[in-house]
Amino acid sequence: MYWLFNSSIGRKFIMSISGIFLLLFLLFHMSMNLTLLLPDDGKVYDMICEFLGANWYAVAGTLVLAAGVVVHIVYATMLTLQNRKARGSDKYLSSNRTETEWSAKNMYVLGLIIVLGLVIHLWNFWYKMQFAELIGCPDAVTGGSGLVKELFSSPCYAIVYLIWLGAIWFHLTHGVWSAFQTLGLSGKIWYPRLKMISNIVSTLIVVGFAAIPVYFMAVHLLCGNN
Amino acid sequence: MEKIINITLKVWRQKGPKEKGGFETHKLEGISGDTSFLEMLDILNEKLVNEGKEPVAFDNDCREGICGMCSLYINGHPHGPDNLITTCQLHMRHFKDGDTITVEPWRSAAFPVIRDLMVDRYAFDKIIQAGGYVSVNTGGIPDANAIPIPKPVADEAMDAASCIGCGACVAACKNGSAMLFVSAKVSQLALLPQGKPEAKQRAKAMVLKMDELGFGNCTNTRACELECPKGVSISNIARLNREFLVAKFSD
Ligand code: SF4
Ligand code: FES
Repeated sequence: MYWLFNSSIGRKFIMSISGIFLLLFLLFHMSMNLTLLLPDDGKVYDMICEFLGANWYAVAGTLVLAAGVVVHIVYATMLTLQNRKARGSDKYLSSNRTETEWSAKNMYVLGLIIVLGLVIHLWNFWYKMQFAELIGCPDAVTGGSGLVKELFSSPCYAIVYLIWLGAIWFHLTHGVWSAFQTLGLSGKIWYPRLKMISNIVSTLIVVGFAAIPVYFMAVHLLCGNN
Repeated sequence: MEKIINITLKVWRQKGPKEKGGFETHKLEGISGDTSFLEMLDILNEKLVNEGKEPVAFDNDCREGICGMCSLYINGHPHGPDNLITTCQLHMRHFKDGDTITVEPWRSAAFPVIRDLMVDRYAFDKIIQAGGYVSVNTGGIPDANAIPIPKPVADEAMDAASCIGCGACVAACKNGSAMLFVSAKVSQLALLPQGKPEAKQRAKAMVLKMDELGFGNCTNTRACELECPKGVSISNIARLNREFLVAKFSD
């Protein structure tokens, strides 16, 4: 198994698998968020939050997830550094005019934006919920719907989250098909299909996530402070 | 009507691998649109020689798009702005009167500059030597139709085999990756029955050599396939990934 870490395709294999894992998490998280749109004042959502909370399975899941994120970032950084070295220090004066997709060439930068957003996001929610509960803080929030409503009544935050989601969309449109290409599951017939699937999945995820800040911002702006 | 243009060339000059290089500007007048890009460089060199200056060194051989010797990064594209052709097949009619044309060598750490516009592509030969062949027992020549091969498979192998080893894929890649080249060379054999017995060994050995020589990790930007003069597809890269992963997992 040593080849996984010291061959280019092995390292990329790690990138694909961790990426697909994170994608599955996003799908779960997005589905859970959508329950906030039910006309039950966040009851179902809060129920899921309480079910997860700081229970052992939720903590274990969080640790696995964090490991996935760390692996994905560490390997991205390693691969990027190696690639810069392989490219050499001499740049083309006439630049690069090959018409590649913008996202394909900016995955690392998009990733950095996503990490930045993630820090804000963890601060906004995880820190006040699971983390607070873990350290036994008395004001730990167990049902998150109130936090969501409060946060997105500030249009500033809503917009920051929407920009973040934009970066995620670009990252996913390249990342999803690219993961399958790296796993060797693409080809002449499957390449266009995978591209299409990539676009659909990324759009579904991002629209699903974006619905929440948009909805609460709209409610706040249209109906005043409640 | 014949097109006649005046151009300004910005050409990379570098005395040797260790020397510091720089751009040199030359004006050329009355270049016919029917002149090929390399003929235009011949005209420039003739002018330089007549002025008692050193001519610009550049690689070329067949001048008909089959040998893979010509290179040149022209105005932001390997093999120039036209698609599916090599630099030797590029004609000056693709440029406008008064254009400034920037001509650079392939840039990649694994392809060091030898002189001016020539780069050392020996790394590609080393990758081929690592496994890009079929070990044959020389004996009687078998009948050409003795091994039936389905037409679509033969076509796909032929498309992969059209790679001329020019290195434009590496030159275009922001990661300096040689995956398109290696995948074409692995595919042309992996697809055919003659290449199958050594397929696993080949994929492993060629990827190992490619990594060892300092080529980068492919991130699927597709720049290679967009600039490849032979239209080699990245579906070959998927095949190489598959061949490699299967070989490693079955070890
Ligand atoms: S794959 Fe295309 S660009 Fe790369 S070496 Fe072969 S012919 Fe040249
Ligand atoms: S000189 Fe042979 S391909 Fe251009």
